[in-house]
Amino acid sequence: MPRKTVRAGAGLISALALFAPLIAQTAPESASAEEIEALRAELQQLKEQMKAMQDKLDALAAPLAPASLPPAPPAPAEPMVGEAVPPPEGPPVGEAPAPISAPAPTSNYFNPSISVIGNFLSVAGQNETQPQPAFSLSESEVSFQAVVDPYARADFFLSFAEEGVEVEEGIATFTALPWQLLAKVGRMRTSFGKINTLHFHVLPWPDEPLPIVNLLGSEEGWIGTGVSVSKLIPLPKDVYSELILQVFDGDAEGLFDAPSRSDLAYNSQYRIFSDLSESTNLDMGFSYAMGPNGITADSKTKLGDVYATFRWKPLRTATYRSASVRGEYIRSWLENTVDTVTANGWFLSAEYQFTKRWSVGGRYEISDDPDDSSLQDVGQAITTTFWPSEFLQFRGELRRRHYSNGEIANEFLLQIQFAIGAHGAHPF
Amino acid sequence: MKKTALLFLVLLFAPAAGLAQAKVRIVSTLQDFASISQSIGGDLIEADALAKGYQDPHFVDAKPSFILKLSRADLLIVAGLELEIGYLPALIDQSRNAKIHPGGPGYLDVSVGCDILERPTGQVTRAMGDVHPHGNPHYWTDPNNGGIIARSIAAKLSALDPPNRATYEKNLAAFEAKLAAKDKEWMAKMAPYANAKIITFHRSWPNFAKHFKLDVVGEIEPKPGIPPSPSHTLDIINLIITDKIKAILVEPYFDLKTPKYIAGKTGASVVVGYPSVGGLPEIKDYFELFDHDIDELVKALGGGTQ
Repeated sequence: MPRKTVRAGAGLISALALFAPLIAQTAPESASAEEIEALRAELQQLKEQMKAMQDKLDALAAPLAPASLPPAPPAPAEPMVGEAVPPPEGPPVGEAPAPISAPAPTSNYFNPSISVIGNFLSVAGQNETQPQPAFSLSESEVSFQAVVDPYARADFFLSFAEEGVEVEEGIATFTALPWQLLAKVGRMRTSFGKINTLHFHVLPWPDEPLPIVNLLGSEEGWIGTGVSVSKLIPLPKDVYSELILQVFDGDAEGLFDAPSRSDLAYNSQYRIFSDLSESTNLDMGFSYAMGPNGITADSKTKLGDVYATFRWKPLRTATYRSASVRGEYIRSWLENTVDTVTANGWFLSAEYQFTKRWSVGGRYEISDDPDDSSLQDVGQAITTTFWPSEFLQFRGELRRRHYSNGEIANEFLLQIQFAIGAHGAHPF
Repeated sequence: MKKTALLFLVLLFAPAAGLAQAKVRIVSTLQDFASISQSIGGDLIEADALAKGYQDPHFVDAKPSFILKLSRADLLIVAGLELEIGYLPALIDQSRNAKIHPGGPGYLDVSVGCDILERPTGQVTRAMGDVHPHGNPHYWTDPNNGGIIARSIAAKLSALDPPNRATYEKNLAAFEAKLAAKDKEWMAKMAPYANAKIITFHRSWPNFAKHFKLDVVGEIEPKPGIPPSPSHTLDIINLIITDKIKAILVEPYFDLKTPKYIAGKTGASVVVGYPSVGGLPEIKDYFELFDHDIDELVKALGGGTQ
């Protein structure tokens, strides 16, 4: 039952009751008792009519009210004649009542923005080393995002597949800190390199490149729970530069393993971005990280990363033409009981959007095994992407991977992404 | 060593500590608001815009260089109505500047108070294309809204910089007087074409059309944000022929292939209309925006071809 209707009705009844003594007072002193009685009867009749109208309105509005609305508070009982009239709860008399068809679910005002990005992946071809199902709904994402208060915002990204849901990110970001600091706490994609920081749906491919899979533990990359602090470092000529320092719990799937609580993982990144011209820009970053690998009580895995992305996008035709070239190099130093294994991995890729809805791309990738650098995987891929709209994307990838075990896997990946809910940020 | 470390820290944090700035630093999302701000603020402000006048304002990249601009801003002026939803929220969050967050003293949504058209009344779904649930965000193309925007900016500047309130009020009065005079001139130019039917590429022009009494009877986009389709293009061609429509108004950031094809089939003229200041080098301020667009439209509606 819409509260506003009840309140407006209650308000009117209360107002009528309020004016009742006034009407009585304004009656000429000479008015006979019969006349007063007649007025009282008329008033009672009016009250009954109001009540009937209110019931009718409630009956009409009931099917329109969303089921999730909490039950409306009971309407205040009609005051007895001569009883003190409580102040009306509803809007003041004279204020237009809200239309019945638009109940105000005020509790929704502060609800977080919700969006869901579905990720359907179909794979054809042979691959014994990294098998994937023929059809899957992996890496789909639900996000809840809202401002917490004037000092912070919160972002939750749940990654789900057929087999379950996990928190990909759950972050509180403190946006009102002094000295141009920005702090985050929670579970987050760590600021290590470039591709690792990106959610799956904004990657230019339907898969993660080999250096991420091999050297950062898994297809998911390095996700950590901890604290991140970043600061803008002023540089001349409007060059953007940012220093990020992060401390995480020492466990990370496939990458770090902490024998004790005090064994933490650390990450640092220095990022530079510069507009080379109105339509071109260069994004570069250097990262260094380390954490316990659990092989011995104090053995560590250390990681280094360098990335660069060059983008070209003429502003006037930005939605029709663009291109980017990106490369990333990751080096891993894994301490074991005997020595330190140094493994390298890198990829180079390029994308070219040639019409409003189509783009093509290619990628070359190579990565050692972090435990044995004599084992190396190499891959090549070409992609085509079609966007019917901003919220729907079809992408095909022809991929050839030559694994260190000798297998040559030729596959075709078809990815269909579909976004519903709140309009998210455009990837950059 | 300790001294060096201390010096480094001082240098690192000094810019944030903030030296007294003489000018109010304004960053706006669109050049139109920067131009109006300049008219109101004069030498007392510095105004910079994120998007260029020839750029699609829906699709601006969230470049980190914009974070730098926002980090230094005293005032952020936005169009609102979710026009900037694809890039601005992420930039504001990373700006490290609490003043310019929505609700902060340095955040100004100039859509407030303006005549906003095409507010959806029923259920909104993306089957309708990329619709804006709070109304059409291209409202600054109506000079009346330009006046309202100027008043909002003057009020905000007066609140941020009270000692110069009189100057802002004086400049606002001058802006409004010039706008009224120019509007008479523009209306006079457009008067012979009252109720003329036109086609536009995107729904960028309802406020412009309402003010200058044009009748937008169709868009080349079948739905907002959806590129032209062959069947819809054919419908538009038939519509132009049936209604003897003379002008197809196209924003500078859309491909002219389809508009030119339609023009070739129908004899209508393609007019590149600039929705924002800075779209062409000669469109340097809010007045020159209408000067240009109206002259081009008059040429097309008067029978001339481009």
